[in-house]
Amino acid sequence: MFGNLVLHLAILLIFAPLLLGIITKTKAWFAGRIGAPLLQTYYDLARLWRKGFVFSRTTTWVFLLGPVIGLAVPLLASLLIPFGALPAPISFEGDLILFVYLFGLSRFFTAAAALDTGSSFEGMGAVREVTFSCLAEPTMLFALLVLTRLSGGLSLDTLFGEHLISSWQSEAGASLGLIMVCLFVVLLLECSRIPFDDPNTHLELTMVHEVMVLDHSGPAFGMILYGAVLKMMVLGALLVRLAIPWNTGWWLSDAALFLAGLCVLAVIIGVVESIMARLRLPRVPQVLIGTSLLSIFALVLVLR
Amino acid sequence: MIWLVEGIFLITLAGVPGLFCSREGRGAERLACFLTLAGTACGLAAVSLALLHGGEVLLDLPWSLPGGRLALRLDPLAAIFLLPLFLVVACGSIYGLRYWPQQEHPDNGRKLRLFYGLISGAMILLLTAQNSVLFLMGWEVMALSGYFLITTEDHKADVRQAGFIYLIATHTGTLALFATFALLSQSSGSLMFPAAGSLPVAGSSLIFLFALFGFGMKAGLIPLHVWLPGAHAAAPSHASALLSGVMIKTGIYGLVRLTSMFAEIPPWWGWTILLLGGISGILGVALALAQHDIKRLLAYHSVENIGIIALGLGLALLGRSYHLPELVALGLAGCLLHVANHGLFKSILFLSAGSMIHAVGSREIDHYGGLLKRQPWTGILFLGGAVAISGLPPFNGFISEWLIYLGAFLPLRETSSMLVLAVLAAPALALIGGLALACFVKVFGISFLGEPRSAAAAAAHEAPAAMLIPTGMLLLVCVWIGLLPTTLTPLLNQAVAHWSVASEAGLATQVLVSLGWVSGCGWLLLLLVAVLSLWIFSRSRKVPREIGTWGCGYQFPQPRMQYTASSFAEFLVRLFRFSLWSERHGGKVGGLFPATTEFSSHTPDLVLDRLLTPAFRAVAWFFKIIRTSIQNGILALYLLYVALTVFTLLAFFAY
Repeated sequence: MFGNLVLHLAILLIFAPLLLGIITKTKAWFAGRIGAPLLQTYYDLARLWRKGFVFSRTTTWVFLLGPVIGLAVPLLASLLIPFGALPAPISFEGDLILFVYLFGLSRFFTAAAALDTGSSFEGMGAVREVTFSCLAEPTMLFALLVLTRLSGGLSLDTLFGEHLISSWQSEAGASLGLIMVCLFVVLLLECSRIPFDDPNTHLELTMVHEVMVLDHSGPAFGMILYGAVLKMMVLGALLVRLAIPWNTGWWLSDAALFLAGLCVLAVIIGVVESIMARLRLPRVPQVLIGTSLLSIFALVLVLR
Repeated sequence: MIWLVEGIFLITLAGVPGLFCSREGRGAERLACFLTLAGTACGLAAVSLALLHGGEVLLDLPWSLPGGRLALRLDPLAAIFLLPLFLVVACGSIYGLRYWPQQEHPDNGRKLRLFYGLISGAMILLLTAQNSVLFLMGWEVMALSGYFLITTEDHKADVRQAGFIYLIATHTGTLALFATFALLSQSSGSLMFPAAGSLPVAGSSLIFLFALFGFGMKAGLIPLHVWLPGAHAAAPSHASALLSGVMIKTGIYGLVRLTSMFAEIPPWWGWTILLLGGISGILGVALALAQHDIKRLLAYHSVENIGIIALGLGLALLGRSYHLPELVALGLAGCLLHVANHGLFKSILFLSAGSMIHAVGSREIDHYGGLLKRQPWTGILFLGGAVAISGLPPFNGFISEWLIYLGAFLPLRETSSMLVLAVLAAPALALIGGLALACFVKVFGISFLGEPRSAAAAAAHEAPAAMLIPTGMLLLVCVWIGLLPTTLTPLLNQAVAHWSVASEAGLATQVLVSLGWVSGCGWLLLLLVAVLSLWIFSRSRKVPREIGTWGCGYQFPQPRMQYTASSFAEFLVRLFRFSLWSERHGGKVGGLFPATTEFSSHTPDLVLDRLLTPAFRAVAWFFKIIRTSIQNGILALYLLYVALTVFTLLAFFAY
C-alpha cells in the first residue's frame, strides 16, 4: 500500500513535465525545427520557482487560491486512478464521481482567480473555460457509464481493470473505441490544446486557459504550470489504460509500459497540434455536443 | 412530545408580544428572537429525544372537529425535514435583528416578525401532522403567512405583484390538495393518514396526479415554478432564506409522505418525477444563469435544486416499482440529504446576499464588484455557500449528489428492462452541476472580485456580527456534513426504512465504507490545500500590491471595462437560446466613429411571461370584448335581449 503510493506519486511528479517536452518536440519536428529541449518544462519550473511575485492591487487571496487548488486537485485525483497496471492507491465504490467533481473544484477556483484581476480579458477566458467544461461533463459521464456497464464495478480501479482485454475482443470493442475518441477530445479540451485552445499564444482574443493565468507570476505561475501537466498525465492515464489493458505482472515493466504509452499519447497530441488549426470559437460547442452524441451512441451499443 | 408542542407554541407566538409594543422600541424584537430561539431549542430537544428513543413519538388527542383525532407524530422522515427548519429559523431570527431592525422599519417590522413565527410554527405542525385536516390547516397558515412575508414591503408595486402571483399559485395548489386528501380519505376510509405501505394501488393514479400538482406547485417544479422567482426576490433576505430553504421543501415532504403510504408504486410515477426533475434541474439552472438580480438568480437555483431532489425521489420510486432496495436506499437518502443540504446552503447564500444588499443598496449583481475587500467575512461565507451549492467536494452538496449518482449508476446492472434508461439521470446531473458551477463562478466573481462597479459598492461596509455569526453557523453545519457524512447515515437509514416499509432497508455497508473514504479524501484535500496555501501565502506575504492589472498595453482601464454578469453568461445563454428566448435591446454600433449606444439583455420567465401571462391576457381580452359588445350597460340593448328571448321562447313553443 505505502510502496504503491510512493511509486504512484513518484511517477506522477517526476515524469509529468516530460509530456509537455515531447509534445513541443513533436511539433518542432513537424515544423522542421530543432525545438526546445525535451526537459524545457523542468527548466521553466525551476526558473519560476526562483522568481518573485508580482500582484495587481485589485487582487485578493482568491487570486492565490486558484493555483493552490489547481495543483492540489490533480495530485489527489491521481491517487484515485490506476497508472497502467499499477493499481490506484485509493479506491472505493463511487470514486469516479469524486474524480470528476474534483476537477470541477479546480475549475471553480481557477476561473474565480481569473476574475479576481478585474481584467475583461481574463473574464473572457473564465467564461470560455466554464462553458466548454460544462459541455464536456456529460461526455465524461457517458464514457464512465459505458465502462461501468462493462466492468460492473463503481471504482476507477475496477473500471480500468483487466477485463478490458476481453471487452475489446467482444462486441463492446466498438463502444470502447468510441469512448476513446471522446476521452481524447475531453483531454485536449481540459488540457487546453489545439483545436480547442492554443497554448502558444498568450495574447490572442481567442485563448482560453492561457489568458486566465495571464496575471500570475513566479512560483504561483509555476504551480499552475505544474498543475496543468499533472492534469494532463492524470487524464492521459485513463486513455493509456484503455488502449493498453495488459498487466505484465512485474511493477517495473508495468510502469515502463505505462510511461511508453504516455509518450505515444504525447506524440499523438503533438501530431494533432501540428496538422490541425484551432477551431473558431462558435464551433467548439458544436464539436463538444457532437462528442456527447458519440458517447451516447457508445452507451446505446453496450446497453443493447 | 411535550417539547415539540411547546416549541410550536413558542415559535408561532414569537411575534405576538411585539404587536402590543411601541413601533420604535427595541425590546419586542429581542423578545421575539428569544422566544424563537427557545422554541427551536425545545424542538431540537424533541427531535433528538425522539431519535434516541427508537425514532418515533406520537401525540394522540381527541378532537371536537370532524375528521379523526388531533394526532402529531415525529418520525425519522419528519425529523430530516425538521432539523434544517429549526436551524434556519433560529439563524434567520438572529440575523433579522440587525437586517430588519424595528427602528429602521417601524411600518412593517412587527408584521414581518409575526408572520415569520407563524409560518415556522405552521411548517412544524404540518411536518408532524397525522391528520389530513390538521395538515391542510398547517398548510394554509403556512401559505398565507408566506404571502405576508413576501409582501412585507407592500408599498412597492413589484412586491405586490409577486405577492398576487404567489397567492394565486398557492391557492391553485391547495385546491389540488383538497382533491388529493378527499380521494385519499375515500381510499383509506378515514381522514387520518394511513400507515406506511397500507394503501392499495388501485385508484391511486388520480391521487398521485393531484398531489403532484399541488405539492409540485409548492416545491417549484418546472412548469409549476411561476410564483417562485418573483416571490423569493421580493421578500426580505432572511424570509427568502426561510421560504427558499425550508418552505418549498414542504412540497417535497408531501410527495415523500404520500408515496410512502402506498404498498406498490406504479413505474410511471417514478418516471414522471424523474423527468420533471431533469427538466427542472437543467432549465432552472439555465434560467438562473441568465439573471442579473442576485435574489432572482438564487430563487431559480432553488428550482434547480428541487430538480436534483426530484431526481433522487424519482430513482427511489423506480426502485420501489422494480423491487431494488439498493436503488430505493440510495435515491431516497440522496433526496432527503439534499433537502437538508439545500436548506442550509441556500440560507447561507440568501443571508449573505442580504448583507450585500444591505451594504450596497441594490440587488443588481452588476452594481457590486470588489466586495471581498470591503466585506471579507461575508465573502468567505458566500464562497462557502457557492462551492457547496455547486456540489463540489469537500462540502455537503457533493455528498447528496454523490448518493444520487450512485443510485443513477445502479440500473446499469439491469440486463433487459426499461429501468436502464434511468441512467440518463447521471449525465443530466453532470450537466446541471457544470452549469451551476458556471453560475456561481459568475455570481461570486462579479460581485466579490475585481474592482467596485459602483460608488455604493466602493463604499460598502462589512455586515455586523449579528448577521455574520448565524450565517457562519450554517456554514459550519455544511462543512460538518461534507467532512463527516457518516454521522448522518443512521438517521437516513431510519428514514429509508420508514419510507419503504422494509425493516432492514438502508444504505449498504459498501456505500457506508465508501462514504468514509469520501470524507477521508475531503480531509486529504483540505490538508493539501492548507499546506500549499501556507507555503505560498508565507512566501508572498511581503510582496507589495501597488500596480494595476495589466491591460495589455492599454493605459487607462476602468472598472466599467470589466466583464459583467450578463457578458459572463452570454455564451451559455446563447447555447440555451432554444429554451430561454432572452430579449436583447440595442448594442448595434455603426460607422467609423460610432456614437454612444446602449445595450441591455433580459430573460423573462419561460412559463410565466411567455405562456401564462399572454394566455391570461388573451382570456381577459376575450371577456373585455364580451363586456363591451354584449353587457355594456346600455339599457336599450338589455331590453332588446329580453324581447329577443321572449320571441325565441314564443317561437319555440309555437312549434
